[in-house]
Amino acid sequence: MKRKIVVGHLYPDYLNIYADRGNMAVLERRAVWRGIGFDYRTIGLGESVRPGEHDLYYVGGGQDREQALVAPDLAGKGEPLREAAASGAAFLAVCGGYQLLGRFYRDRSGAELPGIGLLPHYTVAGERRMIGDVLLECELAPGEPRLLAGFENHAGRTYLDDGAEPLGRVVAGFGNNGEDGFEGSTLGGAVGTYLHGPLLPRNPWLADWLIARALARRLGETPELESLPDDFESSAARVSADRARARGGRF
Amino acid sequence: MVGVRLQLEIALARAAGSLSRLAGRGGGTTLPGKILATLDPAALGTLAERLPLGSALVSATNGKTTTAAIVSEILGGRIRLAHNRAGANLVSGVASALLTVDDAELGLFEVDEGAFPDVAGRIHPRAVCLGNLFRDQLDRYGELELVAARWRTALAQLDPAATVLVNADDPLLADIARGRPNVLHFGLDDPSVARERLPHAADSKYCRACGAPYEYRAAYVGHLGDYLCTNGDHQRPPLDVVARSIELKGLEATSFDLVTVMGTRRLSLPLPGLYNVYNAVAASSLALALGASLDEIEAGVGRFRPAFGRFERIPAGDKAVLLLLIKNPAGANEVVRTLVADGGPRVAVIALNDNIADGRDVSWIWDVDFEPLAGALERLVVTGGRAAELALRFKYGGVPADRIEVVADLERALDRGLAETPAGGELVVLPTYTAMLALRRVAAERGLVRPYWEAAA
Repeated sequence: MKRKIVVGHLYPDYLNIYADRGNMAVLERRAVWRGIGFDYRTIGLGESVRPGEHDLYYVGGGQDREQALVAPDLAGKGEPLREAAASGAAFLAVCGGYQLLGRFYRDRSGAELPGIGLLPHYTVAGERRMIGDVLLECELAPGEPRLLAGFENHAGRTYLDDGAEPLGRVVAGFGNNGEDGFEGSTLGGAVGTYLHGPLLPRNPWLADWLIARALARRLGETPELESLPDDFESSAARVSADRARARGGRF
Repeated sequence: MVGVRLQLEIALARAAGSLSRLAGRGGGTTLPGKILATLDPAALGTLAERLPLGSALVSATNGKTTTAAIVSEILGGRIRLAHNRAGANLVSGVASALLTVDDAELGLFEVDEGAFPDVAGRIHPRAVCLGNLFRDQLDRYGELELVAARWRTALAQLDPAATVLVNADDPLLADIARGRPNVLHFGLDDPSVARERLPHAADSKYCRACGAPYEYRAAYVGHLGDYLCTNGDHQRPPLDVVARSIELKGLEATSFDLVTVMGTRRLSLPLPGLYNVYNAVAASSLALALGASLDEIEAGVGRFRPAFGRFERIPAGDKAVLLLLIKNPAGANEVVRTLVADGGPRVAVIALNDNIADGRDVSWIWDVDFEPLAGALERLVVTGGRAAELALRFKYGGVPADRIEVVADLERALDRGLAETPAGGELVVLPTYTAMLALRRVAAERGLVRPYWEAAA
């Protein structure tokens, strides 16, 4: 039987502000180059999520207006999405999508936009936007530290619950809130982060980690992924990391 | 009368501009204005007040330089203009343009989207032309909605007698101008040149009132088109100045009927692409508001030559370089679309820098629909500070990795591209803003073009 993964892209028409389709292109090509089928499905407003259908979910970022347009609909999908995560589906949520996977987003007036509580964090709007290149040190697989390089642009300050796992330690840049030195949030196969750029082209190891998690959910066993030639990827990552070291944001 | 103090400040600031050129540090197109603004922050308003015919501002994400340059071609023979034609479009650039011409009658200024409210507040323009708002350099301008909100406030503070020329095909712009007196709407009306659907990166595609997706009777460029809210909230306003029967002639030219209350003219524009039809209609509308006749518009549009770096052809021995600025998804999509309509280049050099003027966040290249170029491309040279990121964009966009060459240095990349171009052929070069300036500098050093501040003069 041919290996394949089923991918659910939430609200691509609304949440696409930071070139999210670059992430999708990388997941798709790196699956297909390895002979893994890539069954791409969009999940829009009013469409239901059936637990078990998808192996990998993607949620991108949007402007405040677009985020407010999708938030009530996403709240209605909270239960099946949390169920999917509990049963091992992989998630990548970037920027606005990352905020919406947390418990809530509180804006400057104190009003709260509900999240779905899939990741253990909440977000509060801040005064100054945190904009710039970012470099993280991550260890998604114990004993295998990796660098992750991207760009951040957010006014929200995200705070993780006690004991929650951040995606990485900030080497350069602001991170979740510009205070605690951590960025992103991860739980099982779910990853939330402010890093775009887009994130996956210059960090293919994370794309491969997500593909492996998605495949593991479908097959019930952890697959071996063959390595791919990543010359352009490595040099783009190097430049991006240099930028973060030279000019990453700090207060 | 200009006071003694201001005269002194003007003299100092002008001297700095000449020094900047002498020192080889560029055209001195912003330094005099910066100095003046530092010496006397109110000087911009004072200088603008001296203009007997007042000022007109042009702002947009894309097409500011070209639109203002077409207006200049239409009016320049009859009216002495203070015009920031080299594209220095912040407060300092506008101030510098005001400083360079003593006897100017009319101010014609392209203004950066972010600087528009500030400049409009200081200069009190008699006419304002707003072309479009697309997602652009989010790290610098912030979200589109924020720019629009600032523009809305700026429009509300304009003199009620000022004329506002607005592109009605942009739902966001039509919305911020709604209810204002003296608004003229321009736009396109020719479904035969419309796209089949909105491009991937379309912005502002949800109803301003209810949030429902707009239905497009015709989508022309990005989210610009003939739209309608399906809940009946609103639709594109009726057009006062319209382009109809549009003809796109490959990489060379366009022509269209300009329909106005004063009559209809067939205009021939020596610039390719539907986006330049928008620029020409915007320029014609502004020129009309400033008192131009249809005869002057027809002649001025027909005489127009591209602004530097925007579809500029540079001869290079027995070959030529075709320079097309790219800076955001909406603009780059139109450049790609125009190239592909002509068959698409076999060799291309694409340059991505990430300086402040380019935007430090390079993620926008992933929102550009570059894929239609993949089929014809046999050799792609990527260059600039973020060349590797471009290599990834094309690798994941379907160009085999062995056809992509990463040459970070701009000059060497240009030579690689020229080496791959057959004699008599034309090398397509798509640079971001600072890469374009650097490439023109290379061409100037080789004596192929004049520097931009002279070319624009």
